[in-house]
Amino acid sequence: MLTQALFRALDRKAIWLIGILVALAVLVPAANLLIPPGQFGHVPNYAVTLFGKYLSYAMLALALDLVWGYCGILSLGHGAFFALGGYAMGMYLMRQIGNRGVYANAQLPDFMVFLNWKELPWYWQGFDNFAFAMLMVMLVPGILAFVFGFLAFRSRVTGVYLSIITQAMTYALLLAFFRNDMGFGGNNGLTDFKDILGQPIAAPTTRASLFAATAIALALSVLVCSTIVRSKLGKVMVAVRDAESRTRFLGYRVEYVKLFAFVVSAVMAGIAGALYVPQVGIINPGEFDPANSIEVVIWTAVGGRGTIVGPIIGAILVNMGKSYFTGALPELWLFALGALFVGVTLFLPKGIVGLLGQYRSLTTRREQHQPQTPGPMQLEAGLDPQPKAAE
Amino acid sequence: MSMIEGSLIGERSGSSTASLGSRLNRQWNWRSLAARLTLLLALLVSFSSPGFAQAPDKQLSALVDALYPGDYGDRQAAIAALVATGDPRAVPVLQVLGEGDLYAVEATGKVAFVERSGSNYALTDPVTGAALGEVARSDTEKVRVNNSLRRTIRTAIGQMTLLSDNPGTRLSAAQSILRDADPANLDLLDTALASEADSKIRTTMELARAVILLKSDDVSFEDQQQAAATVAASGSRDAITILTSALASAPDDLKPAIQSSLDGLQRDRAAWAALQNVWFGVSLGSVLLLAAIGLAITFGVMGVINMAHGEMVMLGAYTTFAVQEVIRQNAPALFDYSLAIALPLAFLLTALIGIAIERGVIRWLYGRALETLLATWGLSLILQQTVRSIFGPTNRQVGNPSWMSGSVDFYGLSLTWSRVWIVVFAIVVFVALLVVLNRTALGLQMRAVTQNRRMASAMGIRTPFVDAMTFGLGSGIAGLAGVALSQIDNVSPNLGQGYIIDSFMVVVFGGVGNLWGTLVGAMTLGIANKFLEPYAGAVLGKILILVLIILFIQRRPRGLFALKGRSVEA
Amino acid sequence: MSDKTGTMLYLDGVSVAFDGFKAINNLSLIVYPAEMLAIIGPNGAGKTTMMDIITGKTRPDDGEVLFDGRTDLTRLDEAAIANLGIGRKFQKPTVFESQTVWDNLEMALRKPRGIFATLFYTADAADIARIEDILNTVRLGHRKNDLAANLSHGQKQWLEIGMLLAQDPKLLLVDEPVAGMTDSETAETAKLLREIATTRSVVVVEHDMSFVRDLGSRVTCLAEGAVLAEGSLEQVSANPLVIERYLGR
Ligand SMILES: Nc1ncnc2c1ncn2[C@@H]1O[C@H](COP(=O)(O)OP(=O)(O)OP(=O)(O)O)[C@@H](O)[C@H]1O
Ligand SMILES: [Mg+2]
Repeated sequence: MLTQALFRALDRKAIWLIGILVALAVLVPAANLLIPPGQFGHVPNYAVTLFGKYLSYAMLALALDLVWGYCGILSLGHGAFFALGGYAMGMYLMRQIGNRGVYANAQLPDFMVFLNWKELPWYWQGFDNFAFAMLMVMLVPGILAFVFGFLAFRSRVTGVYLSIITQAMTYALLLAFFRNDMGFGGNNGLTDFKDILGQPIAAPTTRASLFAATAIALALSVLVCSTIVRSKLGKVMVAVRDAESRTRFLGYRVEYVKLFAFVVSAVMAGIAGALYVPQVGIINPGEFDPANSIEVVIWTAVGGRGTIVGPIIGAILVNMGKSYFTGALPELWLFALGALFVGVTLFLPKGIVGLLGQYRSLTTRREQHQPQTPGPMQLEAGLDPQPKAAE
Repeated sequence: MSMIEGSLIGERSGSSTASLGSRLNRQWNWRSLAARLTLLLALLVSFSSPGFAQAPDKQLSALVDALYPGDYGDRQAAIAALVATGDPRAVPVLQVLGEGDLYAVEATGKVAFVERSGSNYALTDPVTGAALGEVARSDTEKVRVNNSLRRTIRTAIGQMTLLSDNPGTRLSAAQSILRDADPANLDLLDTALASEADSKIRTTMELARAVILLKSDDVSFEDQQQAAATVAASGSRDAITILTSALASAPDDLKPAIQSSLDGLQRDRAAWAALQNVWFGVSLGSVLLLAAIGLAITFGVMGVINMAHGEMVMLGAYTTFAVQEVIRQNAPALFDYSLAIALPLAFLLTALIGIAIERGVIRWLYGRALETLLATWGLSLILQQTVRSIFGPTNRQVGNPSWMSGSVDFYGLSLTWSRVWIVVFAIVVFVALLVVLNRTALGLQMRAVTQNRRMASAMGIRTPFVDAMTFGLGSGIAGLAGVALSQIDNVSPNLGQGYIIDSFMVVVFGGVGNLWGTLVGAMTLGIANKFLEPYAGAVLGKILILVLIILFIQRRPRGLFALKGRSVEA
Repeated sequence: MSDKTGTMLYLDGVSVAFDGFKAINNLSLIVYPAEMLAIIGPNGAGKTTMMDIITGKTRPDDGEVLFDGRTDLTRLDEAAIANLGIGRKFQKPTVFESQTVWDNLEMALRKPRGIFATLFYTADAADIARIEDILNTVRLGHRKNDLAANLSHGQKQWLEIGMLLAQDPKLLLVDEPVAGMTDSETAETAKLLREIATTRSVVVVEHDMSFVRDLGSRVTCLAEGAVLAEGSLEQVSANPLVIERYLGR
C-alpha cells in the first residue's frame, strides 16, 4: 500500500526535485568544507547558512502550499507553527548552554535567573533531551493545528473568516510570547546558543551539516507532499478546494480532509522552524508577527501554488530578493514586496511555474502542430491530469 | 523642596480654594518645616484673592511678635489683636501656638516657626515664610499657653474660619474639622451649624459632626446610629474609611447598623467602578467602531476584506497632521478648527484612494476574496512605506484643540474630553451611515448588492459603480476614523496596523448582516476588554478576547448578525 | 402516512421557512424501493429545497424524514447521508472542474471514504473496469483525460450522472437532469433512469413534460412547498389545480 503510494508519488518532476535537493545536501557542504577559501568552487560559510535559511523557508512555503494551493485553506498564521517548532528547538539549544551562560547557572537559562525564577517550569522539563525536543518540534505545532483545525473546520469556518482567525491565532501567540512570565524569554526570545548535539553551533562543520539536514528535510517534505497530492486523497483535497459542499455530497468528510492537510502542514512548518533556529541563532516572538505569515503566502503565490516546485522556487527567489533589497536599497523593499503582492495576484495567479507552463505549451504547440497528449507541460501547469493506469 | 512642588502640582488639579484650605489644615499634623512652608505658601496663594483682609507683612509681624514675652494675660490680648486683623495668615500662627509649638528667639524676641536641626532650630518667619537662619535651641523659648488660652485660640480659629464671613473659608474649615474629627470641636460645630445658611457647607459640617459623634464614647446610641446614617448618606469619598474605622471602635449594638451602611456604600462603590469600566469600554468600543465600520461595509457589500483599511485610517491621521502643520505656519488662530478642516479633507483623500484601489486592483479580482486580501495587503505595505518616506518613520505630533483637552467630572467619573468627543463622533458617523444606507439611493443599491449581487445587477443596478462607491465610502470613513484617532494615539506609519486585527475581530464577531452588528461587536469587544483588563492585565486580556472570538466563531461561523439566504451559501 | 416500514424515503409533515417564508409547507411524500417518482411543479415550488432537506443541506423546522424506514436523516450531516446510499445530482451541474473526467468518477466511486483509506487507495482492475463501464454509459470515454471544466454543459450533466452511478446509491435524487441536453440524449437519459429504477429508488425533478412522460413513473406535483396532486402523469396533468398553478392554459 505504502510502497504503491510512494511509487506513484515519484513522477519525473518529483524525482528531479528530490535528486537536486539531495545533491545540494552533499555538494554544498563539500564545496564549503573541502575546497579551500579563495579557490574556485568554494562556497563561503555565510552563503551556506543563508541558503540553509532559504531552504527552511522553502519548506515552510511548501507546507503552506499543501493547505492553500491544494486544499484551499488560506492560512495567515502558518508562521505560528514555524515559530513553535523553532521555540521547541530553541528550548533544546538553551538547555545545551548549561552553565556557560552569563549567570553560570546550570539549572536555569539566563533569562529565568534574571527574572529571579527558582526552578525550571514544568514545560521546560525534558528539553535537554534531543529526541524529546524533536518530538515536541512536531507535536506542539501538530496539536495546536489539530485543536484549532478541529474547531474551525467542524463548524465550517471557511474563506476569509478562516484566514482572519488564523491571523488572530498567530497574533494571540505573538502577544503571549512577548510576556516575560510565559517563560520563553519574552521580548528577547531564546538566543546565545552554544552547541547542538555536542557540536559547537557556529563551527563550519555544524553549519554545513545543518544545511545538509535542511536540504534532506525539504526533500522528504517534497516526497511526503507529492505522495499526498498524487493520491486519491490529494484529488479529494483539490475537490474540497474547488467545490467544498459538492465533496460533502459525495460522502467525504471535508472537515477531516482539511484537518489532515492542516496538521501535516503544521508539523512540516514546525520542522522547518526547528531547522531555521540553529542556523540563524535566535528565535523571538517577532516570528509570530502576522506580517511574516502573510509574507509566506506571497512566496507561495510567486512560485505557483498548487504545485510542488512552485513554493520552493518562490521562497528562494523572494528571499534572495529580500536579502538584496534590505542590503542595497532598504527603503525600497516594502515597495517591492507590496508590488509583488499586487502584481502576482493580478497578473500571475499561477505564479512562475504556471507562467513557465503556459510558455512551454505555447511553444510546443507552435513547433509541433500536433494534437496534444497529456504530457509534462500540463503537469507543469499544476493541474496534473494523471495518466491513467487504464491507458 | 520637592514636597513643595509636589504639593503645588497637586493643588493644580485640585484647584479650588476650599480644597487648598483644607489641605492646609490637615498638613499641620506634619512635623516638618517643609510641610509648614508648603502650607504657608499655599495659604498665601489661596487667600490672596481680593476681598480678604490682608494686613501688610510688617504690621502683622509686629502683632505676632507681641505674643512674646509677657504673661498669659498679655498673650490673651495679643491673640485678640491678631484675630482682629481677620488676616487668614494668622490662622496657622494661632494653630501652632495652640499646639505649643511656637518659639521665640530670646535675644531678639522674634517669634518664629522652628524645625529641629541638630542642636539648633531652623527658623521660619510665620508671616512671610522666609527662612530666618538657625539659632541654638538653648537660645529660644517656647511661647507657652495654658488651657484657658488654648480655648481662646480654638474659638478664635473657629471665628476666623468656621464663622468667617467668607463661605470658602467656612467650607474649608468645616472640611478640615471633618478630617481631624477632634471631639473638642464639637461645640464650635454646633454653634456654627446654628447660624450656617449655605447648604453645601451645612452638609459638610453635619458630616463632620457625625464623624465626631461616631468617634466619641459618651454619645447616646441613637445619636451614633443617626450619625452613621448621616455619614453613609453623605456620599463622601471617605465615607467607607470613616465607617470602617468607626466599626472597629463601635460598641457591639451599633456594629450591625454601621456594617449595613458600609455594605451599601461598598455596593455603590463597586457599581461606580463598573460604570467607570463601562465608560472605558464604550470609549474603546467607539474607537473600534470607527476603525471597523468601513471595513464591515466593504466586506458586507463586496465580500472582500480590505487589508489596507488600517492604512486609510493612518492616512486620515496624517491628513490631520498636515492640516495642523499648515495652520501652525500660516494661521495659528485657526488651530481650534483644525479638526473640522481635516475631517472633510481626510474623507475626500481616503475615499479617492479607495476608489482608485477599487478601480485599479480590486475589480479585477472580483469573486476571489482571498486574492483580494493579498493584493490589498500589498497595497497596505506600499502605502505605509510611502508615508514613511514622506513623513519619516517616527511619531508625529498632532495637537489637541483646546476643546479636546482636559476632562470633565461627571458624578465622580473623570471623563477626558478627547474620549467624550470620540464617542460622540462615533455615534454621529454611525447614525450618518445608517441614514446613507437606509435613506439614499446609493444605500438602497448597496443593500441590494449585499443581498444578491447577481439579482441586483439583473435589475439594472450598476454593480461596478456601487462597488467603487462602497469602497470609497468605506475608505472615507476610515479616513474620518484616522482624524479621530490622531487625537488619542501616536501618529506613525504603523498606526493602521495596530487597529487592523481588532477591526477584523469586530467584523468577524458582529457579522456583516447589518450595521448594528458592527456596533454590537465593537461595543462588546471594547467593554469585554476593559472588564478583563483589571483581572488579567492588558495583554492577557487581549489574548483572552482573541481566544474567545476564535471559540465564538465555532458557534456562529458568520458572526452575530449574519447575512442570510442562498447567495451567501454558494 | 403511517406505515414507514418498507419505504425507502419517508417524508411526513416536513416544513421549512426562510425568514418567515415557507419554502416547504407540511410536505409528505413516500418513495418505495426500486421505484421511480417524478416531481414536477412551478419554479420556487420547493423541489430543490426538498432535496436539500433529504441530503442534509437544509434542516427542516418540523417533520420527519426517514431513510430505509428507520434512519432519521434530520440528525445526520451531508457526508453521513451520502454514505448511507443517497446520491444527488444538482440542478446546476457541479463537477470538479480542475480535475479530469476520470478523476471525477474515481472520487465518486463507491469505496471507503476514510482519510487513510483514500490516501493509500490504488485503483484495482475491478475499479478501472467499473469506471470504464460508466464512461461508456455516459458516452464520455473519449474525454476521460480532459479537464471537467472543458466539457460542454450537457456533457457536465452526463458526467454528474456518471458520478451518481459511480456512487452506487440506493436512492438517487436527480434535479433537472436533462436541461441542456438534445432530444435524443433526453430520451437516452430517460431510458437510463428507467433501467436504474429497476433496482433502486429514483426521485427525478423535471420541467420537461415529454421527458417525464418517457419516465413513465408515478408523478407528484408540488406547489408552494406542498403536494398539489399525485398519481400518473395523465391524472396529475388533468387535475384542474395543476393546470391552473403549473401547466397553465
Ligand atoms: N437558503 C435559502 N434562503 C432563502 N430562501 C430560500 C433558500 N432556499 C430556498 N429558498 C426559497 O425557497 C423557495 C423554493 O426554492 P426551490 O429552489 O426549492 O424551488 P424549485 O422548486 O427547485 O424551483 P425551480 O423549478 O426553479 O428549480 C424559493 O422561493 C427560494 O427562493
Ligand atoms: Mg430547483
